[in-house]
Amino acid sequence: MASPGKASVSDSHVGKKKKPPARYWQEETDGEKKGAEDGGRAAEEEPRTQKPKQEEHQRDGKRFISGKSDPFPGPAPIPEDRLQKFKRKEKTKKHRRQHYKLRDIITRSEEASEMAQKQAARFDILLPEDAGFLEGDEEEDTYTISQEDIADAVDITSGAKYFNLKLSQFGPYRVDYSKTGRHLLLGGRRGHVACVDWQSKQLMCEINVMESINDVKWLHSETMYAVAQKKWLHIYDSNGIELHCIRKFNDVLRMQFLPYHFLLATASASSFLKYLDVSVGKEVTAICTKTGRLDVMCQNPHNAIIHLGHPNGTVTLWSPNQKEALVKMLCHQGGVRSVTVDKSGTYMVTSGMDKKLKVYDIRALKPLQSYFLPAGASCLSLSQRGLLSATTGDVVQVYKDVCNTPVTKPYMAHRVRGTAWGLSFCPFEDVLGVGHGDGFTSMLVPGAGEPNFDGLDANPYRSAKQRQEWEVKALLEKIQPELISLDPCELGQVDQATFQQRHQDRVQALGFDPLAKEKFVPKYKKKGRSSTGNVEKRKRQVAHEDQRDIIKQTVEDKMKMEKERKNREKKKAKLSGSRSALDRFKN
Amino acid sequence: MKVKVLSRNPDDYVRETKLDIQRVPRNYDPTLHPFEVNREYTRALNATKLERVFAKPFLASLDGHKDGVNCMAKHAKSLSKLLSGSCDGELKVWDLTKHECVRTLQAHEGFVRGIVVRFCGTSFFTAGDDKTIKQWKMESPGYGEEEEPLNTILGKTVFTGLDHHQKDGVFATCGQQVDIWDEQRSSPIRSFTWGVDSFSAVRFNPVEVRHHVSTTLRHTHTHTHTHTHTHTHTLYSFSMFTLAYKVFIVSLPDAFKMDCLIFLCLTSLYTYDMRFLDRPITVHMDHVSAVLDVDYSPTGKEFVSASFDKTIRIFPKDGGRSREVYHTKRMQHVICVKWSADNKFILSGSDEMNIRLWKANAAEKLGVLTPREKVAVNYSQKLKEKFQHHPQIRRIAHHRHLPKSIFHQTKELRVMKEARRRKERNVRKHSRPGAVPVVSEKEKHVVTVVK
Repeated sequence: MASPGKASVSDSHVGKKKKPPARYWQEETDGEKKGAEDGGRAAEEEPRTQKPKQEEHQRDGKRFISGKSDPFPGPAPIPEDRLQKFKRKEKTKKHRRQHYKLRDIITRSEEASEMAQKQAARFDILLPEDAGFLEGDEEEDTYTISQEDIADAVDITSGAKYFNLKLSQFGPYRVDYSKTGRHLLLGGRRGHVACVDWQSKQLMCEINVMESINDVKWLHSETMYAVAQKKWLHIYDSNGIELHCIRKFNDVLRMQFLPYHFLLATASASSFLKYLDVSVGKEVTAICTKTGRLDVMCQNPHNAIIHLGHPNGTVTLWSPNQKEALVKMLCHQGGVRSVTVDKSGTYMVTSGMDKKLKVYDIRALKPLQSYFLPAGASCLSLSQRGLLSATTGDVVQVYKDVCNTPVTKPYMAHRVRGTAWGLSFCPFEDVLGVGHGDGFTSMLVPGAGEPNFDGLDANPYRSAKQRQEWEVKALLEKIQPELISLDPCELGQVDQATFQQRHQDRVQALGFDPLAKEKFVPKYKKKGRSSTGNVEKRKRQVAHEDQRDIIKQTVEDKMKMEKERKNREKKKAKLSGSRSALDRFKN
Repeated sequence: MKVKVLSRNPDDYVRETKLDIQRVPRNYDPTLHPFEVNREYTRALNATKLERVFAKPFLASLDGHKDGVNCMAKHAKSLSKLLSGSCDGELKVWDLTKHECVRTLQAHEGFVRGIVVRFCGTSFFTAGDDKTIKQWKMESPGYGEEEEPLNTILGKTVFTGLDHHQKDGVFATCGQQVDIWDEQRSSPIRSFTWGVDSFSAVRFNPVEVRHHVSTTLRHTHTHTHTHTHTHTHTLYSFSMFTLAYKVFIVSLPDAFKMDCLIFLCLTSLYTYDMRFLDRPITVHMDHVSAVLDVDYSPTGKEFVSASFDKTIRIFPKDGGRSREVYHTKRMQHVICVKWSADNKFILSGSDEMNIRLWKANAAEKLGVLTPREKVAVNYSQKLKEKFQHHPQIRRIAHHRHLPKSIFHQTKELRVMKEARRRKERNVRKHSRPGAVPVVSEKEKHVVTVVK
């Protein structure tokens, strides 16, 4: 039986006329048909040749007892865009000279990955949740819709996600959501730290560190968080107990946590970029960036590269493996105020003192879009589904599709009570958290969050037991900091280092050159045969021996080629045949 | 205004009762799973490390023989039975699950040279240094009965090897000549000799039995005057009773094994295609001393070899280097080795009177695996395979601890080989082009093929 995959859609039975019910006077013809192979076919197909008939019979191999055939034979078609979503890489080209075993291995693994891609694409159709959206009526711009209206229009649980916390005493606030999006961390400038299970509005802990706070960040789970205080970096647990005070990390202004590497990257006022491995509590690297105060920072979630913005308008990219910046880009005329990178690591959005908002393609390092904001944006944040939020003073604006198409109007806008200081989208929710001078505002931004989470990666509904299990697994597959590079798939590629490169590495590792040729020292011979002249003569005999071989070989090859060329020309001349009258004067 | 905000019903994501298993919704979107190559690499590295941690191949030692174990035989029908014969003529039957001896009998005077279990599993044959072949019942004698052989055949010369046909009542012995015996008769139905060589082992071809062209194979050593140890193996065609091939190989003689391919050894083992005996397909090198016995795994993908250097090694069928080496402090020269019929265990009999039971896959967990365990094992296996060529993983996966003497000997052999190669290269450099041809490792060892 042919595989069901061979059935083409055009040949399917969809849309074909249904066979009329059998009548008694048709008995004879029916009997004939039964004799033929294909009982379900209409009479018009009979004049066909035998071969295609057989094929069709094979194709709709699944027959029901009723005699009807499957109206949708073969596997269901998969939409092309879904397939594209799961595509990892192009097919490898098959070289003619490839070894047959290698070719077999490659073919088989490609088949397997293609199957996986198809399965994943099929599974994608079955995902339970759809993304949110907001559409205005005719002639109504969506940014005119107020948060209260949205909160009224949606269901109660969603409506409860729009709320304000009035904390005017210790503001302005920095904001951070945990990786699962369940927990919220607030850090007030004047020392107030609070962690909240924001969906159930349960306060986990609230402390005042009695020092100024520069930044707060959740570590890998909701049991620990880091607070960059006036002098040192402190780590607290979810009960507000101080676990560590890390004196090696001083004057930290901004922090980023790399969840798969368990690294806490900190940028300090003394222009140091330092990495702390939170699983073992060791400093991985300290890089002196020599660019002054570092108060603009973000990470690229795709490849764990840290982006820093500087007062001179440049944005630099850093990895812990290199003391110099990987990339330096001049992005703005004035200083850089905020940087953010999208989930797929394709786009970087920056805002500067020149009141501009720019979008860059960071794979090609090219500018894509440039917008002018009358007041400039102080904080930027990109959501999982690519919405950009920017704050200017106390106004929060959300833009849609800034990266690909030039936009003129914001998607949403909201005015908060004080100047915004922290801004963050909540993962897996349509919520934007804004920390400002008068506390914290949780806004509803329909279409911001990824609707379907992966339970093994970040599960907002996980129990304590599941979290513990996840923690162990995550720690086991902690990626070493050496593997951070601009291309995260580099490890899966063939190392095509040249012989020279590998040799150089080897020399560096060993400290000497293992292939170096010893200098020829002629043997001492007695009875006056080691006179200076003789020694020189012997030296000359072996000098440049290998080079001589090569030269000899190339000369031989050249001669050979020349000879062949001449032969060919001669043959050509002979074939061209007719000698002209003037040829007799040749040679 | 039309609006929809993400609002999940927790009932869809949280288990209903404590007795349920936790719900784990999946989303395979690649953007939700960054660093997939790096994470897989880390997993592969961990799996490789854990494999080395769990690699504890030694299971049990079966002691009881009063002299070195000279030969072993697997039971044809039962997985748990093993027969072993020692250098003092004693034969023991072992129960492998209980790790104990169930029967002991004095089979021969002097060495037991060969044991083979009849294909039906009801009786077995032994051949010894006392020039006899004896057939014994597999069942131990009842109370008051005496341990007596069913049959005894008195031969003219000493026998050195024994094998039984897989389907018919025919068996073969070797010694000064190769004899084919019918079970019903007390004299050989056929004898073969070639020159003055003596034979050290004989096997029926397990594959070609149906065509009745089972072949026996012989091994002799001829000490020629030029100090070259020639090692020949010969192929007899059983049905036509003609001698097919004789291959001379420069090496010391030892054991061999035949499946669909032929095989024999010195410090190296050679795999031959039986149709083309002029050149081995693969040369398996790693032992530093003579190889004494070889046995294929029942899957035919790998084989195990026992060596005089006090180790046993496992080679892939088509790989030149061993994937595993087993040794203990107390194990002396390993004389015989067997791979169990369920592909899970290896048995080695050695000079110091012990039979040792090893796992064929050193890190394998024994016992019944739960489905989740099975999935995890398969997944980590695939990962290890995928990243096997990465230098760090390869280093860990290939590292084996070796006894000091073997470690140094290996190093010495490497240096010697390198020196030989260098010399050959220099000779070639200074002679007429083509006068010193490059001879591959495979071709080096075959002297001539006599038809």
